[in-house]
Amino acid sequence: MRIKRNTILTLAVAVVLVGLLYWLSFNQAKNGMLVSILQKSAIFALVAVSMNLLNGFTGLFSLGQAGFMSIGAYTTAILLIPVKNLDGVYYMNGVSPFIRAVKVYLATLPDWFQAIYPFIALLLGALLAAIVAALVGIAVLRLKSDYLAIATLGMSEIIRAICSSPQMDKITNGSYGLNKIPNFPPLLGGLIPAMLTPFIVVAICITFIMLLIRSSYGRAFKAIREDEIAAEAMGISLVKHKAMSFVISSFFAALAGGLLAMYMRSIEAKTFSISLTYDILLIVVIGGIGSVSGSVLSAFLVTASKEWWLRFFDQPLNILGWQVPLFRTGFRMIIFSVLLMVVVLVYRRGLMGSNEFSWDRLLGRFKRKKLSEGGVK
Amino acid sequence: MSDILLKTEHLTMQFGGVVAVDDLNIEIPKGKIIALIGPNGAGKTTAFNVITGGYQATNGAVHFDGQIIGENTPNKKMRKIYGGTDQTVFHRRVVNTPDKITRLGMARTFQNIRLFKDLTVFENVLIAKHCHIKAGMLRSTFRLNHLEEHTMRQDSDALLDTVGLGAYRDAKASSLPYGKQRRLEIARALATHPKLLLLDEPAAGMNPKETDELALFIQSIKDSFELTIFLIEHHMNLVMDISDKIYVLDYGKTIAVGTPKEVQNNPAVIRAYLGVDEE
Ligand SMILES: Nc1ncnc2c1ncn2[C@@H]1O[C@H](COP(=O)(O)OP(=O)(O)OP(=O)(O)O)[C@@H](O)[C@H]1O
Ligand SMILES: [Mg+2]
Repeated sequence: MRIKRNTILTLAVAVVLVGLLYWLSFNQAKNGMLVSILQKSAIFALVAVSMNLLNGFTGLFSLGQAGFMSIGAYTTAILLIPVKNLDGVYYMNGVSPFIRAVKVYLATLPDWFQAIYPFIALLLGALLAAIVAALVGIAVLRLKSDYLAIATLGMSEIIRAICSSPQMDKITNGSYGLNKIPNFPPLLGGLIPAMLTPFIVVAICITFIMLLIRSSYGRAFKAIREDEIAAEAMGISLVKHKAMSFVISSFFAALAGGLLAMYMRSIEAKTFSISLTYDILLIVVIGGIGSVSGSVLSAFLVTASKEWWLRFFDQPLNILGWQVPLFRTGFRMIIFSVLLMVVVLVYRRGLMGSNEFSWDRLLGRFKRKKLSEGGVK
Repeated sequence: MSDILLKTEHLTMQFGGVVAVDDLNIEIPKGKIIALIGPNGAGKTTAFNVITGGYQATNGAVHFDGQIIGENTPNKKMRKIYGGTDQTVFHRRVVNTPDKITRLGMARTFQNIRLFKDLTVFENVLIAKHCHIKAGMLRSTFRLNHLEEHTMRQDSDALLDTVGLGAYRDAKASSLPYGKQRRLEIARALATHPKLLLLDEPAAGMNPKETDELALFIQSIKDSFELTIFLIEHHMNLVMDISDKIYVLDYGKTIAVGTPKEVQNNPAVIRAYLGVDEE
């Protein structure tokens, strides 16, 4: 009974969400801001979930997410900038002849290839990040908590420095950054409009991570989080499983980085500075360390409040001719910080703690409320 | 194949200047219950840690089930400060991580219970089954190994029923009463399919009745899982009841070996224990 009810509820919500997204895709012009915020939230949800896999489920306090995002973003961007725009983008230093040759060749391939090419680019970026993660992982994963955090933060900065270094001018365009990156491609030959692509990609990736977490390997990750020594004594190889979690997390962070490049249409090394990692860490902490649904929820809430709901505080406000002080650009970030503190104080372990969303819990909450209102004491 | 399952040769563990285990030579025949006793700080837990791969021995070798799982000889700085009694030179260096040794068939429990506290009783046991998983990460993620997964779950449930924890299946591990936590730790170790089970003070903190139950429990799992058991214990009644042979450590050195009767009447043992009692 209960299982059935939950399935129906989930299906209903899914249908409503998909319907809403479809409606938005047809009324994009009027809801540009909403669409843009939802897309950004979805991308951040994926990075947050990937970070949570590492920090929340494997107990590895890593702060390298921004670095891996930049690998994905740069790879995707370089692969996708159209040949005709190359000279415009690399106007200072020119583009490496090899990259140009490859891109010119790829442009001659048939239409079906062009349709899947953006996704190949995303995958290549993610794979490159996974390889880097595997190499870096061997060195840093032996470190314990805070040392690991510092090492991965450093690594992230090194990646950023490499991307913006003059030696990379012909590849990453150094400190000038890349632009003219094509927007999201449509899916299934246009059956799914381009606007929905990021949601689909993110949904697939998060589903994969959820399935992984629920698999035997995910349980091994949790065991390592709970007690490394006991996990090892139970035959779980720390080296293997930590590396696995690190590589998978980096893979998806880079994939989200690629999506972010498509979303922003132009990137530069600054985009992936430490503050980006903090933004993601914030989403993870607010949502609940060790809760995938918490990270997703929090990605939407944090992004929306930062970019939309609190915009109001940035505009000058007049009440009956009286100019309210403080209401000016930047004030919303102060309000945001205060809200943050409140949330952290009220929900010590994040909105969801380490629980996942469940209908039973949600409905149970309503029921409890009703009972207490009913006054049966 | 000999019928010796575990053997240590001149096993020595030195931390800085402290020789915690000095020239330990034990032989554990298959199917027996062997005990390791000694006053606090004698080096018993350290011996377990060296055998299971948690620490790398300073000197000596560990043989398990027909192969060498650990071997070392003092090198570099350690050669200068080496304080062990035994001077035999071992030429190879064999290092195995604890997880590898567990997969070879040696499981352990901890003196300070180390359960996966926030996970359920069932999950604790299920996780221990992971070490023998055949499917890779992708197959497992996409549930292409559902048969294997199903077997793992079924076996875990069966194991919980066997050890009498079936009723606590979905309880959080940390919510169990102390005695049940100890039992869960043993169940979790059993889930890795060990040949040799190392128990570090399984009766610590138990009352006499619980201790008696534990003695029966240890004997019953020994028979039903065809185990060999190596245990550290302070409860003398328990040790004297179930052990086939006892090793006594004091300040890292083996001061007596023998059957419970022999050890009980050994003057050196009495002195070691009385020395502690006087404090
Ligand atoms: N990692 C370590 N570093 C330094 N010294 C250690 C380490 N582990 C153990 N020791 C020392 O080795 C000695 C033996 O400790 P061990 O824990 O093996 O004793 P034990 O026989 O298990 O005692 P108990 O009955 O209290 O559990 C002690 O003096 C302890 O301080
Ligand atoms: Mg001890």
